[in-house]
Amino acid sequence: MATAQRLLMKGTEAIAEAAIRAGCRHFFGYPITPQNEIPEYMSKRLPQVGGVYLQAESEVSASNMLYGAGGSGVRVMTSSSSPGIALMAEGFSYLCGSEIPAVVVNIMRGGPGLGDIQPSQGDYAMCTKGFGHGDKHAIVLAPSTVQEAVDLMALAFDLADQYRNPCVVMGDGLIGQMMEPVTFPEAPVKVYDKPWAATGKPPTRKHNIINSLYLDPEELERHVYHLFEKYERMRADEQRHETFMLDDAPPVVICAYGTMARIAKTAIRELRKTGVKIGLFRPITAWPFPVEALSGVVQSTKVFLAVEMSMGQMIEDVRMVVGRDRPVKFFGRPGGVIPTVEEIIHQVKLLSN
Amino acid sequence: MSEEQLIFKRSKALTDAYFHYCPGCTHGIAHRLIAEVIEEMDIQDKTIGVCPVGCSVLAYNYFDVDIHEASHGRAPAVATGIRRTLPQDRYVFTYQGDGDLASIGMAEIVHAANRGEKITVVFINNAIYGMTGGQMAPTTLPGMRTTTSPYGRDTALCGHPIRMCELLNTLVEPVFVARGAVTTPKYINRAKKLLRQAFELQHTGFTFVELLSTCPTGWGLTPENSVAWLERNMVPFFPLSVFREPAAMPAAATKYAPDLKVKDDAKA
Ligand code: SF4
Repeated sequence: MATAQRLLMKGTEAIAEAAIRAGCRHFFGYPITPQNEIPEYMSKRLPQVGGVYLQAESEVSASNMLYGAGGSGVRVMTSSSSPGIALMAEGFSYLCGSEIPAVVVNIMRGGPGLGDIQPSQGDYAMCTKGFGHGDKHAIVLAPSTVQEAVDLMALAFDLADQYRNPCVVMGDGLIGQMMEPVTFPEAPVKVYDKPWAATGKPPTRKHNIINSLYLDPEELERHVYHLFEKYERMRADEQRHETFMLDDAPPVVICAYGTMARIAKTAIRELRKTGVKIGLFRPITAWPFPVEALSGVVQSTKVFLAVEMSMGQMIEDVRMVVGRDRPVKFFGRPGGVIPTVEEIIHQVKLLSN
Repeated sequence: MSEEQLIFKRSKALTDAYFHYCPGCTHGIAHRLIAEVIEEMDIQDKTIGVCPVGCSVLAYNYFDVDIHEASHGRAPAVATGIRRTLPQDRYVFTYQGDGDLASIGMAEIVHAANRGEKITVVFINNAIYGMTGGQMAPTTLPGMRTTTSPYGRDTALCGHPIRMCELLNTLVEPVFVARGAVTTPKYINRAKKLLRQAFELQHTGFTFVELLSTCPTGWGLTPENSVAWLERNMVPFFPLSVFREPAAMPAAATKYAPDLKVKDDAKA
């Protein structure tokens, strides 16, 4: 049996290639650092595979092009970084309201405001709780390696189509810029039936309307209830997480996602060498947050430590699960400063004292 | 033999729904003309509409074609997403008001036109925000009273109205840019010809038809007086004309090919 080819690729380019291999042939975006390699790669590759790369006049437009293309029934994506993602929020809400599948990659940078262009996790709240007006949700996937980013891209397109909902892949500047060996999945692209798409109305059916407007409040209420039934199914079926060194029920558990989880793993290995019993709980779906799995480790844990590249946003979800039974401590650095292995070890030692 | 003769009927490209537009509003005429063009060109199964926020946001209930509702001003971006996705034999049109197109959607319309998106934009200019209650629009005439220019549009404060056809006509890509009106039988017949031309040229490039339209509710006039008001006040400022057609494409559209090697030469 032929083994799949392993390639050394930069995170951003691997994400773009993974999207193409997942059947995405349409990309609409706007330049912003630190994710420019995604549109650059797309502008080169998509015409080679019969696709369309189009640079929009703004992020607002890009997200509305996504709405038009997604509503036409194709696999479509955009990518941006924090301030650009904020601008896309308008289209994103319409995608949710009209139940249009699309994939949005957010390579987060430091904020608020123009902030800086260094890696950050400051958009956790925006992606999982906000990202547009109104009652809605989107599945948010948070890869911690380039390989995982590749795997989650394929999943993102499938989840988007399956639930008729936008799906976010939330990385940080580190995932984007890092080079790692990757293997692309060989599974065939899943094709979903989209009888709702506005592709031109044959005489045999009623016209399809892509719409999020329901002027009658009771009708809107019914629509939102319908959306939330879908979100409940996502909550039930799509929680994903990874545990690391939790088998011996360590008293200290670090909660971290994305690149931060990777750095935490190194710290945990170091600490384990010195006899400290500690492990990691890593959400892969930031939304739906892996509530069930995290609840399962509360009993055996004495203290949780949330580590983030921000002033603490995921920690609120951790606290929600852990409740008042156990302390949830926090360590994080904002502004694009990356917490180091040594700092995490130091924080853990402070906990034990 | 029956004495009755059918001389007017609802276009097949319209649904049976009743329009919600105010009495005397000319939106209904514009809808009908577009539907007739779609029917006469026999492209109902190939047409996708985009109707953004404005009085016409519910137009998806009226046009019997596949259709997207869109957010305020973004219809050209949504239409771009559709056009770049669906087979080339499709027809894509947007139906936008003046607040939508010339204010919040200015970037989207200019760039869609500049990319030469193969779509038809129908621009309904009634010099006011109708849906939200008669506020000042980018096309509101100097001195014109609205709910947010109660002393009349003060050009020293907020500039002059924008002429969209003239503005878009500065770009290289558009293949058809024209302004008509839908207030008199003569205008209506001409408006239909403009729409038909635009749809027919759509597969060759960006096409734009502005239609001066009445808003009796927002203007505080009877439908009859609205027609006269439009003639007296809007037509002189927004001249009815074909600004761009294939026979009158600017030379720049075909001639300009920059010498990009100049960068290397400079080094040498
Ligand atoms: S508010 Fe004005 S534009 Fe809107 S439907 Fe009424 S008359 Fe027509």
